Amino acid sequence: MGSTNSTLLKIPNVEVLMQETGFSPAHIIRLHDRFKALDKEGRGYLCPQDFGAIKELAMNPIGDRIIGAFFSPGKETVDFHAFVKILAHFRPVDKDRPKEPNSPEPINSRSNKLKFAFQLYDQDKDGKISRDELLKVLRAMLGMQVTEEQLESIADRTIQEADLDRDDAISFEEFRKSLEKVNIDHKMSIRFLR
Amino acid sequence: MESYLFPFDSLICMLLGISFTVWFTLLLVFIIVPAIFGVSFGIRRLYMKSLIKLFEWATLRMERGAKEKNQHLYKPYSNGIIAKEPVSLEQEIQEMRRGGAEPEFDMSDIFYFCRRGVESIVDDEVTKRFTAEELESWNLLTRSNYNFHHISTRLTALWGVGVLIRYGFLLPLRVTLAFTGVGLLVVLTSIVGLFPNGRMKNYLSDKVHLMCYRICVRALTAIITYHDSENKPKNGGICVANHTSPIDVIILASDGCYAMVGQVHGGLMGVIQRAMVKACPHIWFERSEVKDRHLVAKRLSDHVADESKLPILIFPEGTCINNTSVMMFKKGSFEISCTVYPVAIKYDPRFGDAFWNSSKFGMVNYLLHMMSSWAIVCSVWYLPPMSRMEGEDAVQFANRVKAAIARKGGLADLLWDGGLKRGKVKEVFKEEQQKLYSKVLVGSSEDRSRS
Repeated sequence: MGSTNSTLLKIPNVEVLMQETGFSPAHIIRLHDRFKALDKEGRGYLCPQDFGAIKELAMNPIGDRIIGAFFSPGKETVDFHAFVKILAHFRPVDKDRPKEPNSPEPINSRSNKLKFAFQLYDQDKDGKISRDELLKVLRAMLGMQVTEEQLESIADRTIQEADLDRDDAISFEEFRKSLEKVNIDHKMSIRFLR
Repeated sequence: MESYLFPFDSLICMLLGISFTVWFTLLLVFIIVPAIFGVSFGIRRLYMKSLIKLFEWATLRMERGAKEKNQHLYKPYSNGIIAKEPVSLEQEIQEMRRGGAEPEFDMSDIFYFCRRGVESIVDDEVTKRFTAEELESWNLLTRSNYNFHHISTRLTALWGVGVLIRYGFLLPLRVTLAFTGVGLLVVLTSIVGLFPNGRMKNYLSDKVHLMCYRICVRALTAIITYHDSENKPKNGGICVANHTSPIDVIILASDGCYAMVGQVHGGLMGVIQRAMVKACPHIWFERSEVKDRHLVAKRLSDHVADESKLPILIFPEGTCINNTSVMMFKKGSFEISCTVYPVAIKYDPRFGDAFWNSSKFGMVNYLLHMMSSWAIVCSVWYLPPMSRMEGEDAVQFANRVKAAIARKGGLADLLWDGGLKRGKVKEVFKEEQQKLYSKVLVGSSEDRSRS
């Protein structure tokens, strides 16, 4: 046990980070410890292999996609700031946050959570989930347990239900609309202790 | 000028001489002689009790100091940073279907996997087990304190005194004892090896081994409580225990005689190994022989079949775990048909963390850490013997033994393989997840087509 100030001071731009993400100082320190534990060689950044070393993630059917979500297109490393910003998506929604007209939307808003989930489907980042991309995700989640025809029928039905402008792909708005009634906050939030 | 120094010179020599004599006499009387006869003066337990009181005071002082300065006290959580929901895949998907509609694929299904994935990035069960356990109170060792920060002069002074005592007094004492113990082991076992095989030799070998291990126990200031000694392993059996550090061997061997199993090493270890094997049969494998599982199994079986030979000591986890859980036992030692004597070892981390993180510290560094801690306090439970039952295969038997050890020692019983410390997760685990999910989806659509 010791005071928190000394660790916080070691992290650059920590005030900005806390403001942008809404994490408390205790959370930041905890996440920093976790970051250091994953960064086994102490390089100050993480690469995909460091994530791959997490056993529970390796056995997750969409583990690779989740890892990919941490890295901006073209970048092979993620530093502590980016790490925390991605994890901020999973903070529960702040219900009593005053709506300031000019402030940017908080990272853990419903819309941003949906965007995060959307990019797990939309790997080529063209803003639409094509039939192919949907099939790929289904294949990842179901493995060899179902036949090709079953996959195709599931994909067809899903696109039929969600695709409103009939372009054979699901845009972000259509995605959002199909999940209107789902309690996103509950499904896409992690309870951080204290 | 020279005559000036002479009286000082001889005075200093005299003082040094006296202190050395006193030192060694104390050492002999209070530590070595009791070790030889296996009795204890109770000094170590008294030491332990006073240390506990000291740590409690130190913790309270830190909390008070932090409150005064209005700072957040960083309390390490032994439970983790997030609260994970123990909701299974099926329950989750049923909830998302909002009753009525049959479970079929929905775009929101991915949320479950996504959340689980991110949860494991923030906090996963396995990585936790391979780093040292976090303490709730501070034991005046900087190495177990997050951000040592000046809270009060008294506390810092206490810490300073602690450093002096540990490094200035305890460490040299322990190193002396360690050298004595190891030296005696090598010399005496070689002497016993000259005797002809027979009861006398076995008797002497037992006594010699016990004596030297007891000296080593005192070299670490290990305060050990043995429970249920009526279940101690007997000849012709295998003793299995959970593994936290190389010290486990010393702890067990100072209370009973075992045949060790291990790889042949070079250097000092090799000398010790060769000397030990002269007095009584241990099982040392060449590096090349270790890969050959049949050879290993055969040698173990042969040893066990011979009633006159000591019980074998094996650590089936295969690697050092941080003493909060028991990982998967390798089935090799459970394939041999004989009685298994499980032993649970649990260390008290308040006095010194015995866990050896072999990826972070080398052996010498680790021993230095051990010898400069306050003490090593642990409990050993001897569990009643177990044998393989009819129709049980080696893996099931291994899991049964593991569960018994975990329960007794108060450790978490994990399915994960200790080898995960270094290796990759098998594809099998991913398939399990996929199977579960497909059962929920496809299983129900089959029902639909049937109706």
